[in-house]
Amino acid sequence: MNVDLARWQFAFVTINHFFFVPVTIGLAFLTALLQTAWYRTNRDEYLRLTRFFGTLLVINVAIGVVTGLVQEFQFGMDWGAYSRLVGNVFGAPLAMEGLAAFFLESTFLGLWLFGWDRLPRRVHLATIWAVSLGTVLSAAFIMAANSWMQHPVGYQMAGGKPVLNDVWALFTNPVFVWGYAKVLLASLVTGAMVMLAVSAWQLRRGQDKDKDVFLRSARLSLVALVPAILFTMLVGDELGVIEARYQPMKIAAAEAQWTTCQPCSFSLFQIGGGNNDQTPTQIIEIPHLLSLLATNTWNGKVVGMTPLQNQYSKQYGPGYYVPDVFIQYWGMRVMAYLAVVVVLIGLWGLWLIRRKTLATSRVFLLVATWAVVLPFLMNTAGWLLTESGRQPWIVQGLMLTKNGISPSLSTTWIAISLAAFVLVYAVIATIELLLMLKYSKKPLPPPRADAEADTPVPAVQY
Amino acid sequence: MNNLVTFWFILIAVLWTGFFILEGFDFGVGMLHSAVGRNDAERRAAINTIGPLWDGNEVWLIVAGAAMFAAFPGWYATMFSAFNLALVLLLAALIARGLSFEYRGKRDSPNWRRTWDVLLTASSVLAPLIIGVALGDLLAGLPINSAQNYTGSFWDLFQPYGVFTGVTLVLVCALHGATFLSLKTTGEMHQRSRHLARRIAPAATAAVIGFAIWTHVAHSDTFFLNPIELLAILAVLAAYWLVYEPRDGSAFAATTVTIASAIVAIFVGLYPNVMVSSTSAANNLTAYNTASPAYPLKIMSVVAIIFLPLVLLYQAWTYYVFRRRVSAREFEPQAPAAEPAPPGTPSAPVGETAGQER
Repeated sequence: MNVDLARWQFAFVTINHFFFVPVTIGLAFLTALLQTAWYRTNRDEYLRLTRFFGTLLVINVAIGVVTGLVQEFQFGMDWGAYSRLVGNVFGAPLAMEGLAAFFLESTFLGLWLFGWDRLPRRVHLATIWAVSLGTVLSAAFIMAANSWMQHPVGYQMAGGKPVLNDVWALFTNPVFVWGYAKVLLASLVTGAMVMLAVSAWQLRRGQDKDKDVFLRSARLSLVALVPAILFTMLVGDELGVIEARYQPMKIAAAEAQWTTCQPCSFSLFQIGGGNNDQTPTQIIEIPHLLSLLATNTWNGKVVGMTPLQNQYSKQYGPGYYVPDVFIQYWGMRVMAYLAVVVVLIGLWGLWLIRRKTLATSRVFLLVATWAVVLPFLMNTAGWLLTESGRQPWIVQGLMLTKNGISPSLSTTWIAISLAAFVLVYAVIATIELLLMLKYSKKPLPPPRADAEADTPVPAVQY
Repeated sequence: MNNLVTFWFILIAVLWTGFFILEGFDFGVGMLHSAVGRNDAERRAAINTIGPLWDGNEVWLIVAGAAMFAAFPGWYATMFSAFNLALVLLLAALIARGLSFEYRGKRDSPNWRRTWDVLLTASSVLAPLIIGVALGDLLAGLPINSAQNYTGSFWDLFQPYGVFTGVTLVLVCALHGATFLSLKTTGEMHQRSRHLARRIAPAATAAVIGFAIWTHVAHSDTFFLNPIELLAILAVLAAYWLVYEPRDGSAFAATTVTIASAIVAIFVGLYPNVMVSSTSAANNLTAYNTASPAYPLKIMSVVAIIFLPLVLLYQAWTYYVFRRRVSAREFEPQAPAAEPAPPGTPSAPVGETAGQER
């Protein structure tokens, strides 16, 4: 009971947090690109776009920062036994993240936001790049920590405890290298799709005088989007192969594969399935595709969940080592199918750019606006696949999730805190959404020459 | 190994102290912004004195928590589990605070802004209160068993010394915020800030003197206060005196030393314990029985020695860039951002003011 509630709580705050993180990482980078374009060409439209998307970035960072605080505290608050056991390994990258990334990101965001008139142009440009660097570094450290839970490396057991003995191994962990690349690319996809959706709305419904300018941001976002999503899929494929090596249960569950197969096919859909139905009706099976995805070879072998369960019971003692098959199967498919939709939208947009009709193709603009929900669905599905697939382990092979919880917690405490977080997050998510919509629909800020001469308060300030 | 553990204990004390020196005045500004600012422009000016700074300041808290996690996992686990519900409240307060800075100005509606003003004030009192209770409880002692697990209820967290520490920190943060506002505002707001500092000073002084003595009694049998406890008392008396002098910088320096020495006094009182057990002294959590092994501590030391000075350097630079005073005139509505003002209209003085101050 306690474990279930605590897991719901962790999943709830983490999924919410990860709505904002990829937008921040992606949009910080794209905003830095826009400001660089302004710095090099001195053209007003790039400045106006920088400030327009900078405002969206700031709204989003605010909520990412405060929900990030919750993340940092959660481990100790609910998962005390876990923290006590693995703190010396898992805590190290978190502390590095604070020292090397959070300070950088937060301090330079303040400098960027308030420094428009006080810093030389070149220095001010450097501050937004420092913010972007901070977001990218922060993802590196937290992914190193997360990858260690998926595939623990760089430690030895001493007195029943894992003790870090090779910090470098945390950052050469193959799960980290490929997982980190995937998170960065997925963030760029998310940022680009947000920028595309806003630009598309503006081209369709915004003020005529702004349209030339938003055409530029639409083009920039499409040019960033298409390679980013294609590389995300390639990297995701390689990550799948690595996970099949270190967490075979995760990949077997993603195909609802109970028995061992060779070669293995991939089903497009299934009816039924789940942990209690080992013979779902699989629809449209594509031969060899699972072998390719899981092993990168045409005839690769995928060990099924039943033999894995038997093997783990022998290795780790009696227990149920199969994750939630429904989440794995559909998490994988939602992520993959939506990625294909995003590729198609991206290619459509590029084709329209080539035909010079991007600004006037109303169907595309409508689709591109609503497509903004896709990256969020994909990110969530991907993380459910990754984290739920690790269950029942909190650290693969080292500690079970049910043993990680704080012994001092009562059910009432967890229930109260879960309810409190749901309430607070519902309020802040609503505010965030309304403000993002409001500022996405605003006309562009005026060119610098008109406004700044008289007004000392820049548009983006408190 | 012992040196490493001591080094990390000191580093964590430094991080908490740094957090309270910096975020302390942010809390104070949050508490006082409605009193210092009578209208919207003035309140915005008050908030903008910490506008570029508060986010970087709050990271000190994150890093203090993460450093405890990495260097003293047992301390982090026991403390954060014990304070579970209190931390939920703290997080809610910090969320409300962070969002009120960012979102307050994003809608032009008096109700919207008043709501955020109230939230900002309340959360700025609540946050140092909860953290203060938590830090005080480390020294006051909580029911902890031999497996290093908290065994008390939510109400056991209200130890008298802990609560007094919380109240003291709220008052000191308020004073620290008032001296900061005196340093960073102009005109009437400047006068009001100075006036507020004088109003808060007596209560803050009494609290700090009581706190220093109680801290001493809580951890020591000796008669005389130790130097850091004495320093806290001297610093707060100096602050009391300086808020009546026309020296804003010196008053702010005095409240800085007050808040720093108050936090350091707790950690000096603790060492080598990190959490006192009221169940049995044998169950005390110490720096040694909660610390990570030598290798991770060494790695973390290298990282801290490289990055902490860098952080101090660029944060100091930020304070230098935003060193000038903030005037309410910059935020007055007659300077519309959207339309360029025709020549000779009332917006001209605003431009002049800004020009002079830049």
